[in-house]
Amino acid sequence: MYDLEFIVGHLHYWLFIVLMMTGFYIVVSRGNLVKKIVGLNIFQTSVFMFYISMGKVDGGTAPIFPVDMKIDPATVYSNPVPHVLILTAIVVGVATTALGLALIVRIREDFGTIEEEEILKIKRKITAEENRDHGAGMGGSA
Amino acid sequence: MEAFITYTLFAMLVATALAAVQLNRLFAVVMLSGVFSLLSAVLFVVLDAPDVAFTEAAVGAGISTVLMLGTLALTSRTEKSSSRSSAIPLLVVIVTGIVLVYGTLDMPNFGSANTPANTHIAAQFIEKTPHQIDVPNIVTAILASYRGYDTLGEVVVVFTAGIGVLLLIGRLGRRGERQKQIGRGE
Amino acid sequence: MRHHLILRVVTKLLAAPIMLFALYVQFHGDFSPGGGFQAGVIFAVAFILFGIVFGLDKVQQVFPTWIVHRLMALGALIYGGTGVVTMLLGKAYLDYSALAHHPEHGQHYGIFAVELGVGVTVSAVMISVYYAFAGRPPRISDEEW
Repeated sequence: MYDLEFIVGHLHYWLFIVLMMTGFYIVVSRGNLVKKIVGLNIFQTSVFMFYISMGKVDGGTAPIFPVDMKIDPATVYSNPVPHVLILTAIVVGVATTALGLALIVRIREDFGTIEEEEILKIKRKITAEENRDHGAGMGGSA
Repeated sequence: MEAFITYTLFAMLVATALAAVQLNRLFAVVMLSGVFSLLSAVLFVVLDAPDVAFTEAAVGAGISTVLMLGTLALTSRTEKSSSRSSAIPLLVVIVTGIVLVYGTLDMPNFGSANTPANTHIAAQFIEKTPHQIDVPNIVTAILASYRGYDTLGEVVVVFTAGIGVLLLIGRLGRRGERQKQIGRGE
Repeated sequence: MRHHLILRVVTKLLAAPIMLFALYVQFHGDFSPGGGFQAGVIFAVAFILFGIVFGLDKVQQVFPTWIVHRLMALGALIYGGTGVVTMLLGKAYLDYSALAHHPEHGQHYGIFAVELGVGVTVSAVMISVYYAFAGRPPRISDEEW
């Protein structure tokens, strides 16, 4: 079953998965928030390419008819449905990316850093101070 | 020839992504992310999706790079080296990758025409668009007409994200405007 | 960016053709690749380019913030309103064939209106997001890059 034809036919998918995992690695291994967003973008774009590649038909062309609408029945068109889904997903993706970047800007203004470890350290310090001031026994950890 | 173009683009994409992993200067990382988007736009053209390529080139390489540079100007330029070990993330990523590859084993070969994705509703859209909608671009016909509800939802999502950004960092409302006027008056 | 003469001249030359191209992409989207999403982004890019080179104040004189904020909502309303109109004409929500005698013409009008709504919202959101980011006081000076 796993002959050469199978491997060549699936190589595209595997290469997209390699790209996806590179983006995923950036997200999980780096503490810098901007770099996390870049990793998410790489991940997202790879998913888009994976999705589009499922609609590709060998020998096909872009799903646009001639302007005079004289359609040659022999022409093969690639699947337009993934294109529609991904087209909107890209624009929604940039809108949500902007939201994430806005959050990063607010984090930097409040904490003075965009490194995950330093933010956690500051938060731990704040919690410890609040516990000392108000007493941890009153309401548990603040 | 097509396969040659595709694999060359793959090599460039992988090189860009790996460089983004390695570099510490965030300016370079953001630029590489723009390059990645532009290369993927070329790949979309090879995969017969000019509409998507158009969007990716304008959005991924244009707007999101500008927004990330704007964020850098408001935050910091360099990434501090992390003390965390990279063994656990690497393990997580490899295991996830293996699971995903296992998932693709059931999928039909790349480019085959008789797949479930290509035969059901997609074939109907291609067949019926000429006499139901009479628009040459099938993608536009599906986007605006057949899947109009979906696109309405997407527009509302974009709108909501815009409102969210304004609430977080934009000076919304009259108070902001008044403060600005006072600031100018001084 | 006061010193970059070439950038300033080229931006002045390019801003208008970019907007024209955005309108082409918007209204020719039925026939060629393109449509509201792409056109909105390209239209916003013209203003963002102008803002980057000439400064936020100049671009906000051309396109004030309050107009951009209202346009964000207007686009979504055009889209939703098209659906309401088709309902008032006796068909289902967003069934454009109600808009004209001939169902295909109705589809053309409906797609036109809907794509216009998409384009207006997307470009207004992109421009206002840029305004929001550029309006914050920067932490890094120009020399530090």
